[in-house]
Amino acid sequence: MTFWQLYRRNRSAVLGLLILLTVILMAACASLMFPEDPFRLAGKPMSVPGENGFLLGSDTLGRDVASGIAHGARTSLLIGLLATTVAVLIGAVLGGLAGYYGGWIDDILMRVTEMFQTIPSFLFAILIVAIMKPSIQSIVIAIAVVSWPAVARLVRGEFISLRNREFIQACHSVGMGDIRIMLAEILPNCLSPIIVAGSLMVATAILIESGLSFLGLGDPNIISWGFQIGAGRTVLRSAWWVCTFPGIAILLTVLAINLVGEGLNDALNPRLRERT
Amino acid sequence: MSADDQPKPLLDIRNLFVQLPRGAERTHAVEDVSYTLNNNEILCVVGESGSGKSITARAIMGLLPAPHVHIDQGTIDFNGESLTTIKESRMREIRGGEISMIFQEPMTALNPVMTIGKQIDEVIRFHTKTRKKHRRQRAVELIDSVHLPDPEHIIRAYPHELSGGQRQRAMIAMALAMEPKILIADEPTTALDVTTQAQILKLIKELQQSHDTGVLFITHDFGVVADIADRVAVMQHGRIVEIGTTDQVLNHPQHPYTQGLMRAVPSLTPPAVRSISSDTELSVNALTKTYKSGGGWFGLGAKERIVHAADNVSIKLHKGETLGVVGESGSGKSTLARCIVRLINAEEGEILYQGVDLRPLNRKEMRPYRSKIQMVFQDPFASLNPRSKVGRIIADGPRVLGVPSAQADKRAREMLELVGLDERAFDRFPHEFSGGQRQRIGIARALALDPEILVADEPVSALDVSIQAQILQLLADIRERLQLSMVFITHDLRVAAQVCDRIAVMRLGKIVEAGPTATLFSDAEHPYTRELLNAVPGKDWHPETATAPLKQDP
Repeated sequence: MTFWQLYRRNRSAVLGLLILLTVILMAACASLMFPEDPFRLAGKPMSVPGENGFLLGSDTLGRDVASGIAHGARTSLLIGLLATTVAVLIGAVLGGLAGYYGGWIDDILMRVTEMFQTIPSFLFAILIVAIMKPSIQSIVIAIAVVSWPAVARLVRGEFISLRNREFIQACHSVGMGDIRIMLAEILPNCLSPIIVAGSLMVATAILIESGLSFLGLGDPNIISWGFQIGAGRTVLRSAWWVCTFPGIAILLTVLAINLVGEGLNDALNPRLRERT
Repeated sequence: MSADDQPKPLLDIRNLFVQLPRGAERTHAVEDVSYTLNNNEILCVVGESGSGKSITARAIMGLLPAPHVHIDQGTIDFNGESLTTIKESRMREIRGGEISMIFQEPMTALNPVMTIGKQIDEVIRFHTKTRKKHRRQRAVELIDSVHLPDPEHIIRAYPHELSGGQRQRAMIAMALAMEPKILIADEPTTALDVTTQAQILKLIKELQQSHDTGVLFITHDFGVVADIADRVAVMQHGRIVEIGTTDQVLNHPQHPYTQGLMRAVPSLTPPAVRSISSDTELSVNALTKTYKSGGGWFGLGAKERIVHAADNVSIKLHKGETLGVVGESGSGKSTLARCIVRLINAEEGEILYQGVDLRPLNRKEMRPYRSKIQMVFQDPFASLNPRSKVGRIIADGPRVLGVPSAQADKRAREMLELVGLDERAFDRFPHEFSGGQRQRIGIARALALDPEILVADEPVSALDVSIQAQILQLLADIRERLQLSMVFITHDLRVAAQVCDRIAVMRLGKIVEAGPTATLFSDAEHPYTRELLNAVPGKDWHPETATAPLKQDP
């Protein structure tokens, strides 16, 4: 069966993919739909959705909520993807080395990993952003720093189980080098779990980013969903739409990514294929 | 067939069809199978993997993986009751009470977090209403009846504290707890060593006779059949191709499939001696490898356990010779093989090849010698990278040695042809091949480096007997054609008898005896060697004399 046929069997994963594609489309077309700066004061403050030309209303300063959501999608997706990529790279390298070599290398790397894991991740992210200047770069670094240990543990486990397989021993017996064995022989065999874990991590990254922006630790020059919610929280009772629509955007995006992650897991994990 | 002269069989299977889910290799796992099992007899069901022999057993127990696999047609009558239409509650009473089952792998069939006594107790508690004290007493009796030492101790033991043979005995005790009328044994000795296997077979036979049990014994090993069966049914592709008494089937097989299977069983009589040069190709001197486990940090924690996997082992391999290393699991034979190809580093001793001691060489120094000594692995499903194409798997070796890509690919294609595979295999993935074909790919990979010594670690033990014969033939061909010297690791003395020029017997990391194959088989000196030879299943049955004559049928 092709990959798509396997993936398609999970209905909710297809739904998740559709939502995610919509969000991506929205992010891509944000400048076409809303050519103006989303921070611009576009009209009467606190306009009810549908009034004064605001599809989803305006906030306390008269900024267009819909424009903010469209442009915010870019921020969320960008930070989610970047942070996950960095985390997966760090995690795969450290986990791979620890799992492949074992012994004292494993001991040291895993103790370091545990050290990172003992600190509550959101507080740790706040701390990092607070130390550095709030910017896209520092947020990406903060999210990556709190997310890589999970990947390292996963990759280490996969490497340990694969390194003693006979096909790896066969590679040793023809004299293949360590780096080649790790990259060309072991890594392709643990790509599926990494892809699945990575896709779910994008959702977590988006949540952390929203949380940081909500607390005012986001990049001040870039609109984001978390920032919108933060800006609207004081008027939650008088202008519910300011918080609600960005909130729904976060909810749907995170849900969609989780569904896609599940779908990938079902499609990529051969042991679950037989299950119906 | 003269099986129907008894009045009423205990178990009567008629025209059984078991359907497989759509998209499977064939529509039915079992097609039109009929056989009977009487009181006090052992019926062996023999067949290769995928022949449907285990599925039939599961159908009897009502343990088919429903709803994908289910009984399509046919009846199973047990003592006048129809097991195909019976209520589930009654079936539960029968299972473990009147029909019980023992499995291949006792480690996975026993619950690892419950003591043996508790697991036996569960069976009795479910089926009867006896008091706890009596149940315990019964459990002790049962443990005693399967000849386990110190029953009071065994009852409190967890499965991991027992050896493989002891676990299987405990499983048998559990199966016999309710004095079942039928015992179904699904490859109960396949995971065990030969000496343990011989003991378990003896035990099953003894218990069957003392309890008048009907035993349905599923196996792939004709040697085992010869040792314990009263009647034999041979299965192929879900059908019974031949059924009859042991003497009929084993000594005068009628069906070509049965005849073919028997021809594939290696004989215990070694073939004529080959002439071997007296030049030494490889000599291993006083090789020692110890494994340490436990210990913990700074010597805290559990006490260190030391296992001597290879203890002062010396072997000599002549040019063009095949040296067999024979032993049971844990004897250190695989460790020895891996030390020779330097997958494991031995602590002491010498591995002399062309006057160079390979043991102390580091990876870089070892590289030029890697290609000279190559290995064929045991498990054809684990030894090929599932994500690499076959061509790449074979060509990788030469490529690592610096052969240009195009030339390495050409070499790979040549090797595929040499091992009897189609050139189209080059662009396919390992999962598209059967076990035997995969083992050919593994051999091609080893040969691609043009080695002088081939170390084969149980290369045929994961294969069915007919495929096994083909791979052994291939290895024999190649060794002649390429003048290979071979170290052949095996636990199967039949295979060793056919393949090896000389044999070294290993036990607990030591070589207890070594000598030319024929001498070793005719007059072994060491008691352990004799014990091994005695334990070979079906040693009094000679397949080579059984198949050839008596073929009057057209």
